[in-house]
Amino acid sequence: MSTTTQAPRGSAPTRVQSLQRPRLPRWAPLLVALGAVAGAALLGLLLGWGLLSTGFVALLLFVVLMPVWSLVVENRRAAVDRLMTSLVWSAFLIALVPLLSLIWTVVSKGAPQINATFLTFSQFRTDLSQPVGIYHALIGTLLITLGATVIAVPIGIFTAIYIVEYGQKGRLARSITFLVDVMTGIPSIVAGLFAFALWILLFGPSARAGLGGSIALAILMIPIVVRSTEEMLRLVPDDLREASYALGVPKWRTIAKVVLPTALGGIVTGVTLAIARVVGETAPLLLIAGLTTRTNFNLFDGRMTTLPVLIFTQNANPGIPPPSGGEPPGIGIAWGGAFVLIVIVMLLNLVARVVGKYFAPKTGH
Amino acid sequence: MAKSIDVSDLDIYYGDFLAVESVNMTIPARSVTALIGPSGCGKSTFLRSLNRMHEAIPGARVDGKIIVDGQSLYDPGVDPVEVRRMVGMVFQRPNPFPTMSIYENVLAGLRLNNKKLKKSAADQVVEKSLKGANLWNEVKDRLGKPGMGLSGGQQQRLCIARAIAVEPQVLLMDEPCSALDPISTSAIEDLIHELKSEYTIVIVTHNMQQAARVSEDTAFFNIAGTGKPGKLIEMNPTKKIFSVPDEPATEAYISGRFG
Repeated sequence: MSTTTQAPRGSAPTRVQSLQRPRLPRWAPLLVALGAVAGAALLGLLLGWGLLSTGFVALLLFVVLMPVWSLVVENRRAAVDRLMTSLVWSAFLIALVPLLSLIWTVVSKGAPQINATFLTFSQFRTDLSQPVGIYHALIGTLLITLGATVIAVPIGIFTAIYIVEYGQKGRLARSITFLVDVMTGIPSIVAGLFAFALWILLFGPSARAGLGGSIALAILMIPIVVRSTEEMLRLVPDDLREASYALGVPKWRTIAKVVLPTALGGIVTGVTLAIARVVGETAPLLLIAGLTTRTNFNLFDGRMTTLPVLIFTQNANPGIPPPSGGEPPGIGIAWGGAFVLIVIVMLLNLVARVVGKYFAPKTGH
Repeated sequence: MAKSIDVSDLDIYYGDFLAVESVNMTIPARSVTALIGPSGCGKSTFLRSLNRMHEAIPGARVDGKIIVDGQSLYDPGVDPVEVRRMVGMVFQRPNPFPTMSIYENVLAGLRLNNKKLKKSAADQVVEKSLKGANLWNEVKDRLGKPGMGLSGGQQQRLCIARAIAVEPQVLLMDEPCSALDPISTSAIEDLIHELKSEYTIVIVTHNMQQAARVSEDTAFFNIAGTGKPGKLIEMNPTKKIFSVPDEPATEAYISGRFG
């Protein structure tokens, strides 16, 4: 630098404090990471470790080496910073391992099963030579989840509106909030037993219907919808409610036309995530919706297979392996079903994001 | 169409806490009345009681009478929603509805009340209100854009346009310029000058120059200490308040010697 600091007039020349500190180069973490992986791989090869333990040792080496180098070159604060950063990144990578492994397994085993026959044929056949597919389970999942959504969304949203807009921290609103929290923890099999008992009491011991499954899933969905809607409604500033009241707009219309539209993006996202959460439920549906090989479009009568139940039963009773060897036929169907289920959940998540963005209040110019 | 407001023996409570005690005043029609006083003295509370907006806060209630146009606002049969249609309000922070465009924001008061409007009539209301709020020339080419995209001063004028679109008889303003820069403030003060020919305006302000510039009458509120109720100390024509106030407390506050 060519500029010089001028000493203040009339005072003794002060020592210029240097702002420079030794810093590790920007590529230092990369170098350490490469070194840690190389070191762990070398050790692993010599001692005959598996992939998992080698990876773990590499992580450990990185978490130790990075702060030590930083402590030697930089200062203590920087070393602690490096240590914490490494720990956070390691936690992230470890969390990623099961997710990636799961997706990889399902895609690699499930995707090859997918074809037009698999998606458009049910498992009902009159001759062993006929093709089978998961059409009946796909329809079952879509119908039962739709039924659950139709039941749970209005109840959930109106409950949240009561809690936030009308309850005003009264005793009733607080006890509803508490009960909703309790409901969040209900095991899904208990919700299934409730729906099962309800159905049997209403329609006799042998009654089975998809709608019973919808009721069980709705019980699981309602607390999620209430919670997310409640959070979203609380985020709407009171300024907007007051602005609306000051225009002479009644309270219910303020809620319907100002508060709900402002929170709509978040509410839709919450509802979609709640659907994604229950679409994979197995236990309650196994009880109440039952199992069938035929496609059933009637939600109100007869058994209905859903994808999770299909995956479970195909896995439990995969059938006889072909004489030429290989896996029994049920295993392939289960993997294919799992793949389709994951695709449905991912699509729902994507839809939630797009919808959330679309409905978010606009601030553009 | 503008109406005067008669307030007699008004006490305002939050739960058991007496926030404002025994206010008596007459707010003349077609003029600007400024409310000044230190923070927490109950100016805003008093202002909000004039269109029953303070009822939005749980536990708030009043004793006493507020009479607009011969009707007592707090009679048991009075619908607060009807009161707010007659007495409009502009808030401290600009609060346009974020889901609506500029056009829809101006019409919000009518549309939210389900008034059916023809397109041409709606266009007319929007143009008249935005012109009334001195905003028309700045936004006429982008009426479909979100109201949140405007600057703070423009947003506040949009809120004023929204308030006058429902044609109230009284307009309450709660520190409408405190979040704005001097240029936007001057635009809003000009607007207040124009609006007073049609509306009765009550404005709360912390800016005494502003009170002196825009108002015909000024009311000074004060508070004896924390936890004590706010009281109306003096109400007089603005010229008198700022030159020879009746009360020594008013003079002390205006000249900067508090308490």
